[in-house]
Amino acid sequence: MEVEEVYSSSELDRKEGKAINELIARSQEPIPDPDQWLDEELKRNILLTSVDAMLDWARRSSLWPVFCFPACCAFEFMTTAASRFDISRFGMEIVRASPRQADLMITAGTLTWKMAPQVKRIYDQMAEPKWVIAMGACAISGGIFRSSYSVVPGYNRIIPVDVYVPGCPPRPEALLYGIRMLHQKIAKMSIAAKGK
Amino acid sequence: MTVALSGSEIASQIEKQFPGGVVESGADSLLVKGESLLEIAAYLKTTAGLDFDYLTAITAVDYYDCFEVVYQLTSIKHNHSLVVKTRCYNRDNPTLPSVVGLWRGADFQEREIYDLMGISFEGHPNLKRIVLWDGFQGHPLRKNFL
Repeated sequence: MEVEEVYSSSELDRKEGKAINELIARSQEPIPDPDQWLDEELKRNILLTSVDAMLDWARRSSLWPVFCFPACCAFEFMTTAASRFDISRFGMEIVRASPRQADLMITAGTLTWKMAPQVKRIYDQMAEPKWVIAMGACAISGGIFRSSYSVVPGYNRIIPVDVYVPGCPPRPEALLYGIRMLHQKIAKMSIAAKGK
Repeated sequence: MTVALSGSEIASQIEKQFPGGVVESGADSLLVKGESLLEIAAYLKTTAGLDFDYLTAITAVDYYDCFEVVYQLTSIKHNHSLVVKTRCYNRDNPTLPSVVGLWRGADFQEREIYDLMGISFEGHPNLKRIVLWDGFQGHPLRKNFL
C-alpha cells in the first residue's frame, strides 16, 4: 500500500473532507444485516456440527467489546459493565482499547459524519469473526437527530449490524438481553459457511 | 459575585475616546460599530479600571436582516463583566475583525462561528471549519439553512 505523506494541517483537512463526502455518497443505503446463516441450519455439513458447537461456544463465551462510545449510551454500557449488572458473567468484562483484540463493537451513541470514518476504521481493524450491537435509538436510526445535517442515520449505513437494542438509552437489562440474542445468533454460525 | 457593568455607563466613556463608535447601549449591553470593534476591544482590555482581561464567550445570532456577534468580557482583576455586541449587515459576505490578537481564547470560537454562521473574521490566523468537515455546503446555524 502506498503511504501518502501529508505535511500541512489544511491539506489534512481537505483530505478528511473529501473522504467524508465520499463516505456519505456511498452510504446512502443501509448495509443488510448479516443473518443469512440463521435459516441455513438444514443445509449444514453434519460432520462439522460438533466442531461448530465447540467453536461457537468459545466465541460467544468471551466476546470482548472494543471502545466505540461516542455519546451518552456509554453510561448505560458502563453500568452494564459495573458490578450491579456485571457483564463479566458473559466473559465480557475486558473492554479493549485495541480493535485487534476485540470481536464485538457495541456502538453506544450518536455518530456524526465527521466521526464516521474513524468508527469504520476501527471496525475494519477488528479481526474476523466480529459482531456489532447497535445500542440505542441513535445507533439504530439516528434517533431524534436523524434528519440532522451531520448525523449518520444509523450505524448500518457504514458497518453491518447484528443486533439492535432500542431505547434512549436502553437500560442495562435491555443491553444484556441484546447480548443474549447475539449469543443465540452466534450459536447458529457454522465455520463451513462463513457468516459474512 | 461578578458585577455586570451597565452598558450605558461604559458607553459614555467609550464615546469620548472613539466618537461614533457606539451605536446604542442599554443596561445589559453595548452595541458598537464593526469598524471600531477592534480598537474598542483593545481599549476595554487595556484601560485601567476596566481591564477586561478574559473573554468568557463569543456567540453569534442571526436576526435575518443582520448577524449579531456577542462578546462576553470579564475582568478577573476587578471581578466585573460586560457584554459587547456588534452587527454585520452584509449577508452574502459578512466580515468582522478578529479579536484573537487580544484574547487567544477567541480562536476556536471564531472558527466555530465561521463554520456554523458563515461570518469571516479578518486577521484570524487559522480560519477554517472546526466542527464540520471541509467541503460541507452551507452554514447550518443560519436561519435560511435547510
